[in-house]
Amino acid sequence: MDILATALPALSEAFALILHPQQVMFLVLGVLLGLSVGVFPGLGGIAGLSLVLPFIYGMDPVSGLALMVGLVAVIPTSDTFASVLMGIPGSSASQATVLDGFPMARKGEAARALAAAFASSLFGGLLGAFILTFFILIARPLVLAFGLPEMLMITILGLSMVAVLAGSLPLKGLASAGLGLMIGTIGAADAGGSPRMSDYDWDYLYDGLKLVIVGLGIFAIPEIVSLLRQDRSISRDASLGAGWFDGIRDWWRNRFLSIRCAVIGVLVGVIPGLGGSVVDWIAYGHTVQTSKEKEKFGSGDVRGVIGPESSNNAKEGGGLVPTLIFGIPGSGSMAVFIGGMALLGYEAGPQLITNDLEITYTIVWSLALANVVGAGLCIALSGGIARLTTIRFTLLAPFLFMLIAFAAFQSRQDLGDLIALFSIGLLGIFLRRFNWSRPAFLIGFVLSTQAENYSYQAFQVANFRFQRSLEEGLGYIFTPIVLVLIVITVVSVYFGIRQAKQIRPEGEVTTGTKLAPLLFLLAVTGYLLVSFFDAMMIDQTTDMIFPATISFLTLLACAGLLIRMVRAPADDVAFADREAGGEDATAPHGLWGTLAWFATLLGLTILLGFILALGLFLLVFFRVRAGMSWAKSAMFTGAGLSFMIAMGWVLNRDFPPGLLQSVVELPWPIR
Amino acid sequence: MPTFTKITRRASIGLLAGAAAFAFSAPAMAEMDLSGETVEWVIPFSESGGSAKWANFYAPLLSEALPGNPNVVVKFMPGAGSTKGANWFQKSAKADGLTIFGSSGSTQFPYLLGDPRVRYEYKDWNVVLASGTGGVAYLPPDLGAKFKEDPSSILDVNFIYGSQGATRLDLVPLLAWEMLGLNVEPVFGIKGRGDGRLMFERGEANIDYQTSSSYLKGVTPLVDDGKAVPMMTWGALDADGNIVRDPTFPDIPTFKEVYTQMKGEAPSGPEWDAWKAFFIAGFPAQKMVFLPNGATEEMITTYSNAFNKVLERPDFAEISAARLGKYPQMTGDEAVAALDQAISVDDSAKSFVVGWLKDRYGVTLK
Repeated sequence: MDILATALPALSEAFALILHPQQVMFLVLGVLLGLSVGVFPGLGGIAGLSLVLPFIYGMDPVSGLALMVGLVAVIPTSDTFASVLMGIPGSSASQATVLDGFPMARKGEAARALAAAFASSLFGGLLGAFILTFFILIARPLVLAFGLPEMLMITILGLSMVAVLAGSLPLKGLASAGLGLMIGTIGAADAGGSPRMSDYDWDYLYDGLKLVIVGLGIFAIPEIVSLLRQDRSISRDASLGAGWFDGIRDWWRNRFLSIRCAVIGVLVGVIPGLGGSVVDWIAYGHTVQTSKEKEKFGSGDVRGVIGPESSNNAKEGGGLVPTLIFGIPGSGSMAVFIGGMALLGYEAGPQLITNDLEITYTIVWSLALANVVGAGLCIALSGGIARLTTIRFTLLAPFLFMLIAFAAFQSRQDLGDLIALFSIGLLGIFLRRFNWSRPAFLIGFVLSTQAENYSYQAFQVANFRFQRSLEEGLGYIFTPIVLVLIVITVVSVYFGIRQAKQIRPEGEVTTGTKLAPLLFLLAVTGYLLVSFFDAMMIDQTTDMIFPATISFLTLLACAGLLIRMVRAPADDVAFADREAGGEDATAPHGLWGTLAWFATLLGLTILLGFILALGLFLLVFFRVRAGMSWAKSAMFTGAGLSFMIAMGWVLNRDFPPGLLQSVVELPWPIR
Repeated sequence: MPTFTKITRRASIGLLAGAAAFAFSAPAMAEMDLSGETVEWVIPFSESGGSAKWANFYAPLLSEALPGNPNVVVKFMPGAGSTKGANWFQKSAKADGLTIFGSSGSTQFPYLLGDPRVRYEYKDWNVVLASGTGGVAYLPPDLGAKFKEDPSSILDVNFIYGSQGATRLDLVPLLAWEMLGLNVEPVFGIKGRGDGRLMFERGEANIDYQTSSSYLKGVTPLVDDGKAVPMMTWGALDADGNIVRDPTFPDIPTFKEVYTQMKGEAPSGPEWDAWKAFFIAGFPAQKMVFLPNGATEEMITTYSNAFNKVLERPDFAEISAARLGKYPQMTGDEAVAALDQAISVDDSAKSFVVGWLKDRYGVTLK
């Protein structure tokens, strides 16, 4: 009752503040800004927040908070558009949505998938805010109970989702995840700073690859290239079957799943240091494991959309806990959010809960309200935007290339961003072609740094505890939370492996010749061998141990695959190859020719800088590949260019410069 | 109408400040007129770091203070531990009076340690503002009580410290603790000092330090709750370059005092010289604003005057206390002197630290 006595007065005060017309106006403004940034893949909350930060100073605090909260809240909602419609994970919050959302779009059910996603988002956000209202008062001891061993176990639980997503051949899923983990270790080690698969002189690789680049490369490029080869619309028969109302009905039918996933979202979101990167995978794994018929997962089961989407908005609320009560941001956008709060005169930290509880609640419930407004708007828009899936894809693709190149460049503002995007994209194309699980790869990549740091740090602290006494060491590692997490992980892996055979995370794939899949396996094995020896050359044990161990284990998985390939006949699942049959094989355009278009854009950028290259690329693409008249091509090109320039101008970003720019001084935007 | 009064109060303060600045700053030298221009303030870190907070604090004030009130936008260029942005500033920044750069201790340390990625030279740049800070080490209550009674009683304790890396600012506390003879094992690879504090709060680490503003914000509440006890500060520099008590924490002894008490003599020798050199490089002039190589006298004056104007605002103490701490914010000759001190570390101190990093932590910079 104590909690209620503290919470209720502050809560009513908060509502009085929030429901003031002026605050609502700013909140809606924030939502609209967030929506317009969030629908573009790869441009997340940070870009949006940085956009409003200059105006925050001097604003009335509640209006400023409403503006920022509205902006942050709607990002995990709006990024669903890219995930469902194009198969591009809009941000780390909607990676898992791609798995079932995109196949639904291809079946012509985009509006249904979107509506189900937004209904889940809305509900998750509201439930999250409700739980948080009371939880935030007692969260401090719980958050402090999560030490390094607990965080390591959560990371391992996240990694164990690979078992569910590995597909029909667990060994291959394991190898994909291992490869993802290894790509994640590229660059300076966090502990000692030793370069891995890089060098002090290669600035770009020394900093490691960013999630935006890897996410876009692994999911977006293969999908765009594959769709472009078809020369059709995203929805196979260019129609929209089920409408948005069906989606809402789907959500209602699965409301209990939605509740469970929202609770998962809040709980995982609360833990600092894990951020949002695992939440949607854990929710997806949970969804699959608790559903009765699993055959349709991966080929367009609406529950695969409802689960992760219910969790990712609830997670945003959960993420406020470490941000507000410890002053430690749970994500990049939360870090900017704290900066914005400081501009308004509020310092995040324990005193915010004790002294300014009404402000805390204002933030929590503004988040909920922003969810309602944002999801409502998105549902209203979904029918219209879903029509994009009925347009001839050849007209969309160049704009998508433009957007992802721009988004990727925001990662480091380096030409290396574009080269990395292309290289990872190439890897993504092969992973897709030979049916190596891309979700497993991405989980490995996302969790690589955490897995390494937490295991090393937990090991080191445990070591000191053991030196003191055996009990103290054991007591440190095997806390009740750790034991519970171990049980959950073991159960989830056990069932995951048993069930994996029924689930095709990326649809059915035919088999063909032995040669191509074998060559790809050998290439992966070669890379792993090189990274193994590279790791062994590192002087500092702390920086060497993780990449060496993981590459060794992954090499074992590859060896297992190799043995199977040598023994098995050519129609074995190990030889999955999309070029051997099905949509890809019969596509009117070839893989390499299509990819060459994107390569051309990048090549021209290196020479002429992005904007000039883009103009040339768009014009030629529309004329030659899309077969439009010069006049129409010029019109489309003009539209694309002005959009891009406007976006760069509003967000105050530069475009990639090329060799030309290093010789001649040019004005912005072709600078 | 609480919001209304707040806005009018702020507006009137602004007016006052403007009037004061107009009355007192005699136009000694020609200044640029920046009306309608956009000033880019490049920060070589990401949007989420301490430098971002610092720059976001100053940017709107600078915009008000510069002649013609140009837009001041903060531009983030993270990478390679800030050396990427600094290299860019050295090589490509135009001396057009519209590009300024904010460096930090993390930009200074690689420069001093001879990191191979450093292609920048502080001596080429023109400093217009230097912001200082301090640092405080603290202990859990039981160890803190023992330490207060007899500092030498904690020499046999095994300390664990959550660290970002030995070549960062953490070099200063690590070397200080080692000089006292404490057994501190750093657990490397944490993401920020906030995570270090969390490790301390969870009981996984039993020694920690924070820079002043984070200490005030995050640790003072713990001290008040009896969950932490301050151990020592790194101190502050007086006008003659001596280390004295930190004015923000006048009741906490400095490292120098603690050393003197434990060892019976004032610290000296190559270890102390090295510690002092890196402390000076990392704290009293931690964050600085530069104009690029080739900036004209007119540009430097414009920006120096503008920052001066910001510091002279009647409300500056109030608005900066919570966000920057009570530390010297220096412009003009003072800033030049601070920069000079920060980058003139003599070779023996450098080679001592390089050798110590290698022997103690196996860290090499090559």
